[in-house]
Amino acid sequence: MKISEQWLREWVSPALSTEELAHQITMAGLEVDAIDPVAPAFSGVVVAEILSVEPHPDADKLRVCAVSTGQETVQIVCGAPNVRVGLKAPLARVGAELPGDFTIKPARLRGMESMGMLCAEQELGLSAASAGLMELSADAPVGTDLRKYLCLDDNVIDISITPNRADCLGISGIAREVGLLNNLPVKAPDFPRIVESTAQAFAIDVNASEACPRYVGRIIKGIDISRPSPLWLQEKLRRCGIRTIDAVVDVTNYVLLELGQPMHAFDLDKLQGGIVVRMAEQGESMELLDGQTQALRSDTLLIADHKGPLAMAGIMGGRQSAVSAQTVDLFLESAFFAPHLLAGKARSYGLHTESSHRFERGVDFQLQIAAMERATQLLLEIVGGAAGPLQEVVSQADLPVRPDVMLRAARIEKVLGFDLPAGSVERILRGLGLGVTATADGWQCAVPSWRFDISIEVDLLEELARVYGYNNLPVKQIRADLQMRPQPETALSIRHLRRHLGARGYREAITYSFVDPELQQLFDPELAPVALKNPISAEMAVMRTSLLPGLVSAVLHNVNRQQPRVRLFESGLRFIPGDAALRQVPTLAMVCTGQRFSESWSTPAAQLDYFDLKGDLESLLALTRVPAAYGFEAASHPALHPGQTARITRKGQDVGLLGALHPSVGARLGLSAPLFVCEIDLDAVLEAAQTKFSELSKFPEIRRDLAVVVDKSVTARHLMEQVRSVAGTYLTDLTLFDVYTGKGIDPKRKSLALGLTFRDQSRTLADEVVNLAMGQVIDLLEKNYNAELRS
Amino acid sequence: MESQAPPLRVICPGRVYRCDSDLTHSPMFHQVEGLLIDEHSSFADLKGLIEDFLRVFFERELAVRFRPSYFPFTEPSAEVDIQCVNCGGSGCRVCSQTGWIEVMGCGMVHPRVFEFSGIDTEKYSGFAFGMGVERLAMLRYGVNDLRLFFDNDLRFLEQF
Ligand SMILES: [Zn+2]
Repeated sequence: MKISEQWLREWVSPALSTEELAHQITMAGLEVDAIDPVAPAFSGVVVAEILSVEPHPDADKLRVCAVSTGQETVQIVCGAPNVRVGLKAPLARVGAELPGDFTIKPARLRGMESMGMLCAEQELGLSAASAGLMELSADAPVGTDLRKYLCLDDNVIDISITPNRADCLGISGIAREVGLLNNLPVKAPDFPRIVESTAQAFAIDVNASEACPRYVGRIIKGIDISRPSPLWLQEKLRRCGIRTIDAVVDVTNYVLLELGQPMHAFDLDKLQGGIVVRMAEQGESMELLDGQTQALRSDTLLIADHKGPLAMAGIMGGRQSAVSAQTVDLFLESAFFAPHLLAGKARSYGLHTESSHRFERGVDFQLQIAAMERATQLLLEIVGGAAGPLQEVVSQADLPVRPDVMLRAARIEKVLGFDLPAGSVERILRGLGLGVTATADGWQCAVPSWRFDISIEVDLLEELARVYGYNNLPVKQIRADLQMRPQPETALSIRHLRRHLGARGYREAITYSFVDPELQQLFDPELAPVALKNPISAEMAVMRTSLLPGLVSAVLHNVNRQQPRVRLFESGLRFIPGDAALRQVPTLAMVCTGQRFSESWSTPAAQLDYFDLKGDLESLLALTRVPAAYGFEAASHPALHPGQTARITRKGQDVGLLGALHPSVGARLGLSAPLFVCEIDLDAVLEAAQTKFSELSKFPEIRRDLAVVVDKSVTARHLMEQVRSVAGTYLTDLTLFDVYTGKGIDPKRKSLALGLTFRDQSRTLADEVVNLAMGQVIDLLEKNYNAELRS
Repeated sequence: MESQAPPLRVICPGRVYRCDSDLTHSPMFHQVEGLLIDEHSSFADLKGLIEDFLRVFFERELAVRFRPSYFPFTEPSAEVDIQCVNCGGSGCRVCSQTGWIEVMGCGMVHPRVFEFSGIDTEKYSGFAFGMGVERLAMLRYGVNDLRLFFDNDLRFLEQF
């Protein structure tokens, strides 16, 4: 909410600078977003009156004017189109300093002397553009300093009011806070009870008293709407961000800003029969002030007359019954609408107004009569007329109930962590307008009608803390009974994996959980992903069922920026739709492309391949201490290369996928180098085995190497499993140290070189024992794999 | 809170989403929420914990202030400002000339939350806080565009 500092200071004016005041209310919970001066710095500008206007002898567009400054008459040459005898306008006198470091000096314009400059608003920095001289009102006192006359030494303070503090959506509420914070009395404007000068009243029926517990109305007859609002009123509205319309609308807006009570004025001549406050009927519609026609729902409260809807209560008035330049008689409304019944209604029609903003949060339900009297007083002053009787329809039973709230002194200590002296407690609560009675263990507090946010003890604690100052409250260190938590060695942490991958040259990526549906479809054509209801863009429209689309996009981003070597990993959730519920699966994914090593004199340049990624993955799986639990089975996947795709299994269960991106997919995405991807359930790599020590042998080991030629279809993994099963208990290690295809080998076959290590814990192994084991291995290979031994 | 009896100390990081995207808003970001419930946990403890955390996180003695605010699940509620890490409090573009930067929200757990969880509000009190990971990282490292966190540009990632 924007407020004029001077307006606030009319109510209460602490001896604080603007900045100090802004800081003070910010720290009390009324956060100041901005402070803007009403006018830039300028000096030497006075209210002047144009006494005569003569043509310039040598210039068509210039006029030579005699201008009164109050003390003397000076000659001014002026080119403004609206310069005329009798006009009062700002005059920058010789020596005046204007915005933009501009000093006024005596000048000659086409030979005629000019002792100053008549100013437009733009020249004074009061508006961005202006068509002519600023026109001051006819009663402006000539010679007065313009800054003083227009009260320009003022600031607009923009305060963001939290939704619980509707009581501060008016000058009066903010003044109450400032008064309390500075221990100063608050001076509300004086306005008398209006004595009716016409007996004419207008029938008011409230048929929805739950939604409208109080309705106050009044007729004002015979106004002169051609009379504009006075400058001071227009200026206050302008500084608070509200445009001047006509005196009637201006006054209702003024009361809204001053007291926080939204009001509405109807043109009495356009009303039929009387006011009826009722719920809308299905099928009704009305044209609003903004020109839109709204079809009304039956949950909407209306102000109607005997013919039809006049206004959406508390939201916006109707066009047909609005005040216009022809209006002579008014019907003024000042009502209380129940916040919980109005909440969300404006929004449901796509509307948000100053009025709905306040009613939804809660307007003081005892304010309606005072607001009506204030508005009537201002209207009678400005546009004249005869006020009718004050009419009130109230349903006491439907007005908000404010039960007393008990505050226990002990709770202050417990929740805020310190003892606030009883005197301070009472001063603060009374300053907020609460009725305070001491009890045996604290206070009984009566809550004022403007506070919709005080109903339980903690609401009072908040008030105490806020007014006392959060930063004046003590600071302590937490104390707790600390119990040691289990840290199982068998549970690897994601942090462990991150460090490991980081050390292997992978960077951690964070990609969006929502991805491009097309990319998603490419990687997971079987699954229909969860679509967002309100996506921010078409490229972020579905929840990922795989981390790969996001990672592949990240690779593209880097490849497009000339990165020769990209390795990324990500851990996060995949969102898998299911029959019952959405499954959110913690997942780890890795991708790599480009050069195997960064460019160096010591290593030849080479593109990385499928086995680089597989090796990186296996090194990760080795962290579990049970790498043998994992297997790789040839598989197919729509986005992956048919010959280089494997399912990753753990204890026979599918847990992931590893492969090369299908070249056609790569080409479609614009990737020229092969890209290798892997995705694995996170849970499958976080469960490690507990280490169990095994005795170190004192005896030497024997190593035998074996090279066999087998069909290409035989997987090394499978073959090695078989070898392990027949090689006997002394085999301690089995490695595959070479794979060869090519020259000297049948093109349908490949050569595998195995290293077998044997050792016994209790003695030195005899050659015969090892030979026997090797014989069994060779037998097996020849029989089951049609293997040829290479020498 | 519903399944365990107090005392409770919880810290919970996660992804959060919104429909917004510019220099300081991304459609996805990370939030860390914390909760402490115990027999003697007060606003003073909350202040102590948050101040300690911010000084440890930024590795410097910086001024911290608590401003009253409103959140539905806490009361009293506060927004936490730190002295601008860019200008040291004298006012700059980063802090919109105020010398202060808002870094997190916190407050005492609202009694209604306790009631829903079946925790005795007479015996226990507690506090909660929440902060944006990227926002803190931007301040810590001087990153000027939130979206960089999600571009996954190696030139960015390699700086950390
Ligand atoms: Zn700064």
